[in-house]
Amino acid sequence: MLKIHYFAHLREQLGRECDDLVLPDGIVNVAELIEFLQHKDPTINEIFESTPKILVAINQVVVSRDSEITQNDEIAFFPPMTGG
Amino acid sequence: MISVQHEDFNIGVEYENLRISSKSPGAIVTFTGLVRQIYNKESKDDIVKSLYLEHYPGMTEQKLNAIEEQARSKWELLGTKIIHRVGKLSADDQIVFVGVASSHREDAFLAAQYIMDFLKNEAPFWKKQKTQHGNEWISSRKSDIAAINKWK
Repeated sequence: MLKIHYFAHLREQLGRECDDLVLPDGIVNVAELIEFLQHKDPTINEIFESTPKILVAINQVVVSRDSEITQNDEIAFFPPMTGG
Repeated sequence: MISVQHEDFNIGVEYENLRISSKSPGAIVTFTGLVRQIYNKESKDDIVKSLYLEHYPGMTEQKLNAIEEQARSKWELLGTKIIHRVGKLSADDQIVFVGVASSHREDAFLAAQYIMDFLKNEAPFWKKQKTQHGNEWISSRKSDIAAINKWK
């Protein structure tokens, strides 16, 4: 089971902090997972369409869109950081 | 050492802790970041009333530890402390503290700046500010990204 976390305005727009998802057959990397989620959920689609730069982390490490995903990974989507 | 916390901090206490825990430092540099009342120079009537700081628990601590380690591998440091607050803050509140102890001032100055530059770009914190015009998530700044590039 994948755990998918959303932060900042992504979390607010979606109205939830996280999703549980069984890694669908044929989904190998981040880009494919994003495409899958966009088809599944219109709000996620809207967020990815309207936000130019969404970062993704696998197991708490920021990765690129071609990074591979495996079952039980912790995935997170968030905008660029603005701390400090 | 790092700390992600809701509570405020006392820079006098933090300085003293660094001075005592580091072995004979010749220099201690501290930096404190605060909540600005005026966020944008262009819109001076936009007075920040409060700020909400969200973070990614787990990844935040991991990233701050990694940034601290990177700084320790680049310069000869005798002690480091990073504190970042989360939750609701008001204008003029303290947000972030970086303290660095070293034998020489140059290492301490450089390491403190390095830690702040990477913290701003890589530690998963997000600010949402409340002004009289409403609430908005703050966007990242190009100048912060440029700050990181100078270390490469």
